Order: sequence, then structure tokens, then C-alpha cells
Amino acid sequence: MIRADALQAIYPELENRIVVTIMGAVAAELYMLGHRPNFFYLEHAMGLASSMGLGIALSMPEHKVIVVDGDGSLLMNLGTLSTMARYKPGNLLHIVFDNESLLSVGGFPTATSTGTDLAGIARASGVPRVTEANTLESLKESVTEALKSNKLTTIVSKVEAIGPKTFHMDLPLLENRFQFWRCLEAMRKQSRA
Amino acid sequence: MPVSVTNSRLIYDALKACDIKIISALPETWLVHLIRMADEDPGMTLVRLAKEEEGVGISAGAHLAGVNSAMLMQNHGFLASINGIVSLALLYRIPLLLLISYRGYWGEKDPWQTQGGLVTEPVLRALNIPTWHLNNPNDIYRRLKDAQTLAHASLHPVAVLLSRDLMWEE
Repeated sequence: MIRADALQAIYPELENRIVVTIMGAVAAELYMLGHRPNFFYLEHAMGLASSMGLGIALSMPEHKVIVVDGDGSLLMNLGTLSTMARYKPGNLLHIVFDNESLLSVGGFPTATSTGTDLAGIARASGVPRVTEANTLESLKESVTEALKSNKLTTIVSKVEAIGPKTFHMDLPLLENRFQFWRCLEAMRKQSRA
Repeated sequence: MPVSVTNSRLIYDALKACDIKIISALPETWLVHLIRMADEDPGMTLVRLAKEEEGVGISAGAHLAGVNSAMLMQNHGFLASINGIVSLALLYRIPLLLLISYRGYWGEKDPWQTQGGLVTEPVLRALNIPTWHLNNPNDIYRRLKDAQTLAHASLHPVAVLLSRDLMWEE
């Protein structure tokens, strides 16, 4: 599975939801599919996208939050799985694209290429729903089911180590930050009305 | 354990007065009462972390979602959070209220705390994080409010160092 195709397949589920992505290829691919003010691209601080998603999910329990993570980032902050599992926000969906590679910095293989099993770690950490989805159909289905389940879910999807030609995004970091902040504010106002 | 319950209560009440709704924390001796108070308060979400750097993500998420938060950590936890502080909070202009127990400083008996004590303030200065030494119980309410006000106005982390004088009764 190519990650850009995977993102395209689940884009209808992402479109109107709060989405936090990791840096590099994932951010650029989602941006190219169509940027939305409810998308935040964490262009550094590897490992913390899921922690941010947890902070948002705990703060806005009436809204669904989707984190788009990667193997390299998750391996830098495995403790996040135990923290998410401890609080189990039912409005948080954690998708991990595992390309077994630090693609954005030159394609060095990560530990998932030598057998580390992120879905297994998520299960052992106590994440209540963990699924593996390695085809476009199964990924779409897993995302839809996870969002319906109202249970914290981690989906691990193996993808090929192929990224976009360019990581350029015509969106300064701070513009993204303030736009996202305003968007979440509007979402909260709307849900109160 | 001679950790001051009275001053922990004053700090906790001051955080409540700042409308803090989420506290992230990792246990440390001087913080035990504060963490217990957060845990027992139904109006507070206490997020117990595996590592302090996660707290930067939690607080950033909370801020972008319109919720006030605070981070309780030992100074070694602050040292363990630096990349998150730099490449999330400073990069994206996220206010953080850092309450840091200042171990390894004047009067420290535990040798293992001392290197962290020596580098805490130089690192805070290198990161350009405004820092207040909280020593006096009469100051707690005002200085925590001041720290939060500055963090929100500057969209920048602000640190309050919880001193031995304040936290330890011996």
C-alpha cells in the first residue's frame, strides 16, 4: 500500500475532523490532498503528535480527534501508548503508518524493519482497540469502525517507503497554528450552540 | 515525609484560581501532595505521564483546544522535555506553565540531584524562558497568576521554580 493512496482513501473521514499529523512526508501528502483549517501538521517535535492529540481529545471530549503517526515518530515516544491507554479517550483515533523507515531524513530503516511490532506494543500497553490494516479496503473499514466504536483505537498500517517529490507546503507553521486554534474555537462554539 | 502540605495546598489553590483544568505530572517527592490534590479533585484532569516531554504535547493540545493547563515536574523532568519545549512550544508559540521542583540546589543532601541543580537555571536562560523563584508562601497566589498571564500574553513558556524553602519542612 502507498501511504498517499491510503490517506486519499480515508480523506472523507478526516475532512471534517480534528487531525494532527507528524512531520515530513505525511504532512505534505495530506496537505496536497487538500488542506483544511482543522488539520495541524506538527513539523518537528517527533513523537509528540499523539501526545498533542491526547491533550486535544481530553479538552474537547465531544469531538473526534485523529492522529496520523508514523513508526519513526512513535518509536521516539513509546510511552505515549501507555499514557493514551491509561486515559482511554473514546474520541481519539491513532493511525500509525509504518513504512519501516525514517523516510523523510534519508530512508534509514527503523526497528519495525527488524521485527518490532507496534500493534503488539499498543495492545500490551492497554490500548482497548488495536487493528492492523494493510490494504486500502481494510484501512477504510478500520477507520470507519474505530470512529463508530467510541473507544480509543490504534490502527497500524504497513505502507511502502515512498514519499512525495517535494515536502513543500505553502503554509507557514504559525499560520497553521493560529488557523487551527481558531478553527477549534469555532467548533467548540458551534457545539455549544 | 516533610513535604509542606500547607504550601502545596496554597499552590494548588492558586492553580485553581488560574482556571487550570489539566495538570500533567510525573511523581517526585516534593510534588506528592500536589499530585494527590489534583487526583482527588473531580474538576481536574490529572494526566500521569511516562516521561515529562509528553506533557509538552498535552499542554499544546489543551491550549489549541482552549483549555488552561499546567505541567508539574522535577527539574530533571524539565531537562528531559527540552526538545518538546524547543520544537513544539517555542516553534509554534505555545504558552506553557512549568512548575519545576528545584532539586539539587541550596541545601540538597542527595548527591544524585546536584548536577541537575547546577544546570537548571543556565538551561532556562539559554531557552529564554522567564523564571520566577517561588520561595515565599505569601507570593504564591500572585506569582502563579503572573506567570500564567505572561505565558498567555507572550505565547511562550514561563517557569516557576518551587524552592526547598517552600516545599520542604525540616
